[in-house]
Amino acid sequence: MESPETIQQRYYRTFFRNIIFTILVASITPMVIVSIFILDNFRTSYRQKVNEHLELVAWHHKKNINIFLKEKLANIRMLAYTFGFDSFNNPYFIKQKLSELQQSYDRVFVDLGLINHEGIQVSYAGPHALTNADYSKADWFKKAINATYFTSDVFYGLRAEPHFIISVRQSHNGRPWILRATIDFRSFNDLVENLRIGRTGFAFILNKAGEFQTKPSAETEDPKAILKLMALDKLGQSPTVITQKNQKGNQIIYASVHLKQGDWMMILQQDQKDAYAELHNTQRIAIIIMLVGTIGIVGTSLLLSRGLLKRISQSDREKSQADEEREMMSQQVIETGKLASIGELAAGIAHEINNPVAIMVEEAGWIEDLLEEENPPLAQSDNLDEIHRALRQIHTQGKRCKDITHKLLSFARKTDSRINEVSINDALDEVVYLSEQRAKYSNIKINKHFQNNLPNIQASETELQQVLLNLVNNALDAMEKSGGEINVRSKRKEDLLVITLEDSGPGIAQANIGRVFDPFFTTKPVGKGTGLGLSICYGIINKMGGRIDVQSEVDKGTIFTISLPVNQSKGAQTQPLKQQVNDSVKTDDPADGRR
Amino acid sequence: MTIAKVMLVDDEKPFVDTMVKRLNKREVDIVPAYNGQEALEKLAQDGTIEVIILDIKMPVMDGMEALEKIKSKHPLVEVIMLTGHGTVETGIEGMKKGAFDYLMKPCNADELVEKVQEAAAKKRQHEEKIMEARVKAITLRKP
Repeated sequence: MESPETIQQRYYRTFFRNIIFTILVASITPMVIVSIFILDNFRTSYRQKVNEHLELVAWHHKKNINIFLKEKLANIRMLAYTFGFDSFNNPYFIKQKLSELQQSYDRVFVDLGLINHEGIQVSYAGPHALTNADYSKADWFKKAINATYFTSDVFYGLRAEPHFIISVRQSHNGRPWILRATIDFRSFNDLVENLRIGRTGFAFILNKAGEFQTKPSAETEDPKAILKLMALDKLGQSPTVITQKNQKGNQIIYASVHLKQGDWMMILQQDQKDAYAELHNTQRIAIIIMLVGTIGIVGTSLLLSRGLLKRISQSDREKSQADEEREMMSQQVIETGKLASIGELAAGIAHEINNPVAIMVEEAGWIEDLLEEENPPLAQSDNLDEIHRALRQIHTQGKRCKDITHKLLSFARKTDSRINEVSINDALDEVVYLSEQRAKYSNIKINKHFQNNLPNIQASETELQQVLLNLVNNALDAMEKSGGEINVRSKRKEDLLVITLEDSGPGIAQANIGRVFDPFFTTKPVGKGTGLGLSICYGIINKMGGRIDVQSEVDKGTIFTISLPVNQSKGAQTQPLKQQVNDSVKTDDPADGRR
Repeated sequence: MTIAKVMLVDDEKPFVDTMVKRLNKREVDIVPAYNGQEALEKLAQDGTIEVIILDIKMPVMDGMEALEKIKSKHPLVEVIMLTGHGTVETGIEGMKKGAFDYLMKPCNADELVEKVQEAAAKKRQHEEKIMEARVKAITLRKP
């Protein structure tokens, strides 16, 4: 069988887990969904942007290269159209024209040559000794002689270095001739090689056979494979972008664009990692933010749940305490009701008894009056003394009855219950002052231990003094024969003013300690106590919203503790604090002198 | 020669009878009454009563009500409250309404006589002063 505490602990643990789970699910799920959605959109947009950028760069460079080629072709065409075969056949003229071209375009034009219909270069200006060179069997010549304008692929040719040719065909005396110029490969290559995209992006040009028309880079893949890949796409005017894994396993983005009416293809390639570096960086930051956010949410949910659980368990504890107090309170209400009924009954009886007692006392007084007038026979009677003694006894007992009835009435109705500002220390001082004379005769020392600057309380001074005097008188009664000490203390404890009266008397037996506040309970000798003193005290302190406790140990002494609330509003009849009777009686010695 | 003319008002007949005898013996001229109403009637008939000893709890008309009426009709008559309730509070309440003093039942006859003497002396002093004032008023009257 599990104890209620274990069940409660388990309940709290489950509750704690549920709270954490709920908070985490409710907070993290939307965050993850939103983050994934945003990241996905961002990735798509970014890829689109990268592709578009590559397409734009490819298109832009295609334009530049086309302009370069067209411009060079236009120059040669203009020369061929303007000057005839004979002019170029003059070695000085052709050198002069090459020189003019080189002046205008730096070293883009390497040489200039005039080739007749048989493929013999009849005139040549340039760095090589190519006059009368025979190109009749060269591929480019075969193509060039059949086309009005021609731009060759890059080839090594007779000079054994990469170059390409631009040529224009004209006719002389019914026979075709060709004016051709060699374009410096470096100038052309620079156009493409200078193109860098990011850290890893570069460009190159391939011809239809998959041969490099620009200087290949070390990172360039197999050109034929690339050509095959790009050819898969239907060739069009606009650039094409494809992403493919290379031999090293890296994803590479290729953007291709056609040049020279589809004879050449310019390809831009960039490592995807490099192209998407910003995207990956953003993704990393987003993941870090998400992680930090998740840690924050977990931490906050832990803290919140702990706080919540603490509040709930505290509230549960307070509730169970409140239940206990309510239980105690209802017992208190019954007790108070009992006391009130007894009080009313006592008051009624007291009043009814008081009148007959008064008559008896007066009758006794009348007898005394009469005895004084009696004649000698009665005056000389031996019984006269005994008659006087009996009358005195009637007086004494009448007075005793009067004391009892007066106390009973006091129990039922308080003397002066007006609420005023009362200084606890002043009230204690007065009580000690009133009791000091009696204490001196009984060899009892009263010590005062008062805390200074205690706040005043709202109470009836008369009632408070009545309580204090009752307690001091009880202590004096208990130590009348033995002597001893009474320590009177006052102090503040949080919102309570605490008064303690500690005596070194014989103490209260355990059997009696629970009954000391009951009406008519007394352990004093017959005729000494009415059994109402502590009941009255209990009622008064209860009415003030305070409590009175007793602790006692036989042969060591008794401590009465009165706790009164400091912030008691004027006239407030607050709910009495729980009465606690804490006894620490060690033996059953009934030798106490309470009440 | 008596000390004073006193009316004792109490519903407890045996108490009144015994007190009458005891006070008579102490030269107090005493008239008994058994409730407030009767006291007022007797007071209206006998103008020589100087002091009234008045119990508080009585049938027909209680002591407090009787005190108010006595003081309004016969302000010079002194009243000593006799309370069986044994509380100072009721005595004080009576004194606020004009009573001379209060005593608690059962009381000592000699103590009561002492109070009666004091009350009667006060009444006479009052009367003398009123008389003096009247004489002064007559002698100073303009012709």
